[in-house]
Amino acid sequence: MSLAAGSGSGTGWVQAIFVLLSLVALASALLVVTTAHMVHAALWLVVTLGSVAGIYLVLAAEFVAWVQVLIYVGAVVVLLLFALMLTRAPTGRQDDLNLRRVVPAALVAALVGALLTVTVVAGFHDVRIDLNGAVVGSAETTGTTVFTMWVLPFEVLSVLLLAALVGAIALSRLRTDGDG
Amino acid sequence: MPLWWPLLLASLLFAIGVYGVLVRRNAVLVLMGVELMLNAVNINFVAFDAQLRDRFHGGQTFALFVIVIAAAEIGLALAIVLLVFRTHGHIEVDDLRELADRDPEDAR
Repeated sequence: MSLAAGSGSGTGWVQAIFVLLSLVALASALLVVTTAHMVHAALWLVVTLGSVAGIYLVLAAEFVAWVQVLIYVGAVVVLLLFALMLTRAPTGRQDDLNLRRVVPAALVAALVGALLTVTVVAGFHDVRIDLNGAVVGSAETTGTTVFTMWVLPFEVLSVLLLAALVGAIALSRLRTDGDG
Repeated sequence: MPLWWPLLLASLLFAIGVYGVLVRRNAVLVLMGVELMLNAVNINFVAFDAQLRDRFHGGQTFALFVIVIAAAEIGLALAIVLLVFRTHGHIEVDDLRELADRDPEDAR
């Protein structure tokens, strides 16, 4: 990916691509939380996660972008769609998907967004990312750093993933006709 | 690129995720809001990794770890959601009140 490593004249293109991907991500994320079709929410989530993967590519994190596409778009959204199917979610339009607390929820979300936005813009408004000549986090670079610098967290994480899978299997095999 | 562009995007995505978690009544849709928040955090990690030029790529590695933890979380959470559906017949988070702490006199 030479997208992020372009020379000086490519900086404008990189910024334009970043802004476009950001707008797509934000618009589809808004649709995820507001649409009245449950399956459409999962499909808009695909658009959001895909454009976030594009943003990772722009920010020179190539391996993270492909992992995002594989794990999130490939696995997590399929899991969510399976959950919608197994819980017999209606496919048509539903007007009662939201609680009656739309105004307080929007108020809290707006306050969270305003607080975070003001904080980061005030803290980092004069810092720039120099993407020219940045080391792209390819599979080779990421593999080298994971297996030299971050081996212990990696192994701990694999044990955590195993525990989560065993827990998920144990939960789904639980007998529900007993008293438990 | 100014650093606050990706940070602004992450903040707004996080706020949208908070709204989704608070406003949805279906448990699967609540989980979608959680996924949006986790993605916002990952954008922060990757942006600071690009800005700091970390030799060990701590930001990108941590973003990968967050993705793995999100996968574990979604697997467990969907198992719980399916179990709740089997025992209750619905997954509306507002109506699941078994663990609620309430006074005996206004118990339904």
